[in-house]
Amino acid sequence: MKNFLKKHWMDILVVIALIGLAVWGGSVVATRFSFAKKWVFFEEYFFTNNGYKILLRGMKNTAIIAVLGLLIGIVIGTLIAVIRVIPPYKKLVRYAQKVCTVYVAFFRGTPIVVQLLVGYYILLPLLGVRLNPVMSCVVIFGLNSGAYISEIMRGGINSVDRGQLEAARAVGMPFSVSMLKIVVPQAVKNILPTLGNEFITLIKETAVVGYVGAMDITKAFQDQGANTYEYMIPYLVMAGLYIVIVAAIAGLIKLMERKLAKSERRN
Amino acid sequence: MNDATNVMENMQSAESVNVIETKGLTKRYGSLLVLNAIDEVIKDGEKVAIIGPSGSGKSTFLRCLNCMEDPSDGSIYFDGEDLADTKVNINTHREKIGMVFQQFNLFNNKTVIQNIMLAPVYVGTRNLRRAKWHNAFLWLTNIFRKKKQEKVEITTTKEEIVSKAREQAMELLGRIGLEDKANVYPSTLSGGQKQRIAIVRALAMNPKVMLFDEPTSALDPEMVGEVLDLMKQLADEGMTMVIVTHEMGFAREVADRVLFMDGGIIAEQGTPDEVFNHPKSERLKAFLAKVL
Repeated sequence: MKNFLKKHWMDILVVIALIGLAVWGGSVVATRFSFAKKWVFFEEYFFTNNGYKILLRGMKNTAIIAVLGLLIGIVIGTLIAVIRVIPPYKKLVRYAQKVCTVYVAFFRGTPIVVQLLVGYYILLPLLGVRLNPVMSCVVIFGLNSGAYISEIMRGGINSVDRGQLEAARAVGMPFSVSMLKIVVPQAVKNILPTLGNEFITLIKETAVVGYVGAMDITKAFQDQGANTYEYMIPYLVMAGLYIVIVAAIAGLIKLMERKLAKSERRN
Repeated sequence: MNDATNVMENMQSAESVNVIETKGLTKRYGSLLVLNAIDEVIKDGEKVAIIGPSGSGKSTFLRCLNCMEDPSDGSIYFDGEDLADTKVNINTHREKIGMVFQQFNLFNNKTVIQNIMLAPVYVGTRNLRRAKWHNAFLWLTNIFRKKKQEKVEITTTKEEIVSKAREQAMELLGRIGLEDKANVYPSTLSGGQKQRIAIVRALAMNPKVMLFDEPTSALDPEMVGEVLDLMKQLADEGMTMVIVTHEMGFAREVADRVLFMDGGIIAEQGTPDEVFNHPKSERLKAFLAKVL
């Protein structure tokens, strides 16, 4: 004990000082902004007036948009990436590659909010597609992340040894089957961590779906603020909630990565 | 006696069949001429070794034979069809041309037995699917045909194709003594094991000809022997083989014919005895002096 104190007295002092500073600062802020009163407002609306139900709906929608958007994005991204690595002997392939380039340039070159507004208010009605706000967001987020994932996937495909494709072609499998069975699985394994990051980005980006009237986490807390005329606590809780969700998913990704690394060592 | 002569005759007639024939085969990378109008015939059952200095185009020539590299000009006849013609379905012909690579190129995401089964199962199920489609839409397509077609008889199922392929794969693995490695991933194997599995993977398609692209160059010296032994076995069984190699001893022992390539042309060719013991051109003499 004496040794411990001798060794770490500096650290202990710093910790105590920091805690004291936090308590003092917190109390100052709390009294200055009358935290207790605001917490009562928040509590009343959130628990008694069913604010939590709206939040749950928002969380569900956020999850739906992020997960389905990622899945659509993976499909579209893989398709684009494969089209872009086909040797361009045929005219049709060259045209398809140009279309893909334009697609990626468009979705990476405009803000997601703009895509949402244009897509939801102009393009989908013009095409005669009637979707509720959440499903529209799924479609547009899917198209958007498809553009980003195509670039990730292209890197993944290029990271697979060219001999793999050659060997698959040499035993008589056509390009499409060789890609699907041999190259893309190895590419996906290489880019799994990056895909996880893309998923986190997607979750954070869904915060803007309130622009087209879809209920998500951000919109739920915004509504609560608007109803109680009290924004401080809802917004702080919102920020905390996002951090918790993202940290949990990041942890899952890390776990998965370690599992993958282990399987690689065994192989 | 009579039987023996029959067999002899059969062998004679079989030997005279051309498996691969190239006419004016040319390959350019931009302005660089790698292959310069090569005319060559590879006959059934023949073992052809290709030697030459690096950059002479021997690997490119081999890779052109199954259109891994698209030839810039000329034609390659296999099964009576010109592989260089882009209208020909190259995939169905590649099934019958086995290829072995310098870097083994086993599929890393598949186990050893999956590596061997993949192509036979793919081809089998594809043919089955085609037959089913053919039968299902026969009533429709026959309306437009002058000569009506019959239904194809389907005698096999997918499970049967898979189990047959598995049986064959285990048999092939047994032949190289690696049955116990059937369910491991290639990354745990030694180079020699990988290359032998790559060879039987090509054999699983029952190819008419095997192309070897420097099969022992990436191996540790002590593993070269096991791969060469397997190739010798194949040669003894009468497989048609085209081998790009730096193993002069192996070429001398196994090959029926040795091609010496230099500067994109076949500079000299003949039996191993002619090429190795009585070289005619100065270039070949210089090359042999360096490598022997």
